[in-house]
Amino acid sequence: MKEGWKELPIGAIIKEAGSSIKFETGDWRTRKPVLNKEKCINCLFCWVFCPDSSIIVENGEMKGFLYSHCKGCGICAEECPVKAIEMVKEEV
Amino acid sequence: MPFDLKELSKEKDLFAPGHRACAGCGPAIVMRQIMAVAGKDTVVGFATGCMEVVSTIFPYTAWRVPYIHVAFENAAAVISGVEAAYKALKRKGKINKKINFIAIAGDGGTYDIGIQALSGALERGHNFLYVCYDNQAYMNTGIQRSGATPLGAHTTTSPAGDVIPGKVQWRKDLTEIVAAHGIPYAAQASPSHWNDLMEKVKKALETEGPAFINVLAPCPVGWYFSPERTIKIAKLAVDTLFWPLYEVENGKHRITYKPRKPKPVEEWLKEQGRFRHLFQEKNRWIIEEFQRQVNERWERLLRLEEASL
Repeated sequence: MKEGWKELPIGAIIKEAGSSIKFETGDWRTRKPVLNKEKCINCLFCWVFCPDSSIIVENGEMKGFLYSHCKGCGICAEECPVKAIEMVKEEV
Repeated sequence: MPFDLKELSKEKDLFAPGHRACAGCGPAIVMRQIMAVAGKDTVVGFATGCMEVVSTIFPYTAWRVPYIHVAFENAAAVISGVEAAYKALKRKGKINKKINFIAIAGDGGTYDIGIQALSGALERGHNFLYVCYDNQAYMNTGIQRSGATPLGAHTTTSPAGDVIPGKVQWRKDLTEIVAAHGIPYAAQASPSHWNDLMEKVKKALETEGPAFINVLAPCPVGWYFSPERTIKIAKLAVDTLFWPLYEVENGKHRITYKPRKPKPVEEWLKEQGRFRHLFQEKNRWIIEEFQRQVNERWERLLRLEEASL
């Protein structure tokens, strides 16, 4: 059941840390990044420059994109030193 | 020691995705880079501004650390109170771990509206870090000019046209204003040089007493450029000497990055729509004046560095 206003905490406190992750911003995208794993050197510049924490890294290895939240700005593709990321038109 | 991105990326992002910042947002990159160094034992006090508006839209929050939103003018005053409460708890033995206190505000909340609260907190000597993400106008309310907007920039309250060629005043040099308080640490950084920024954050948090970092944060919407260019434009600001990377530690200036071949400031200006009108023949003098001011400030900085040796 959805919480009503009586269940809301007093003082506009938000009890759950990082709850914004439930709000998906991926549908803002008009272009999407695509990774060419063969070219990738795992420098992780894409990770450090992504405004939306949408680069998935596991144990220091670039694994792809969090498409549910990536807004398609294209900074990762622009900053990639080996051009391993390509921006393609988002299909609806 | 350079920061290892492989290690940093193992930790969960303390600034979560799902915030409503525009695509290519410079300030959001700054938040992530700061929080990657600060770690989870951090309390953030936030003035009103872009990053507050986009990160804490009720009932969501992008923060994974304790966070207080306060008014436009008093981020520094509130973080002072939090730090004082922490000291009291520590004295009573109720808490004993080290906690970082960070106040964050934009240029509107720092250069203009919050400067007296900031100045007071610096003078009282609280142990905190104040970060100003400087996107050079009031972006969240619709690109109004601020004390940080550079000469000649078009904003909605300094519109370029027949009457004025964009903003007619030069900007405040806030880093120097803050450094003039004689605090232990003040610095200027850019997200394009992430390692430099992270080292400054680390140093600032280790400093006993007030610390301040002014970070350039390009805004694709307010500066009129394509969102993928954010980092390129931050880098150009550094390479054209418009935004020198330096620190002032106990009164001593040190430039942390000197571009080997500084570029003319024109190269930074032409990338941004807000300066487009400066390239008309009648406004060319503004570019020359801009370059003159940049050179003058850089020379001054070099002299300050020399005097600090």
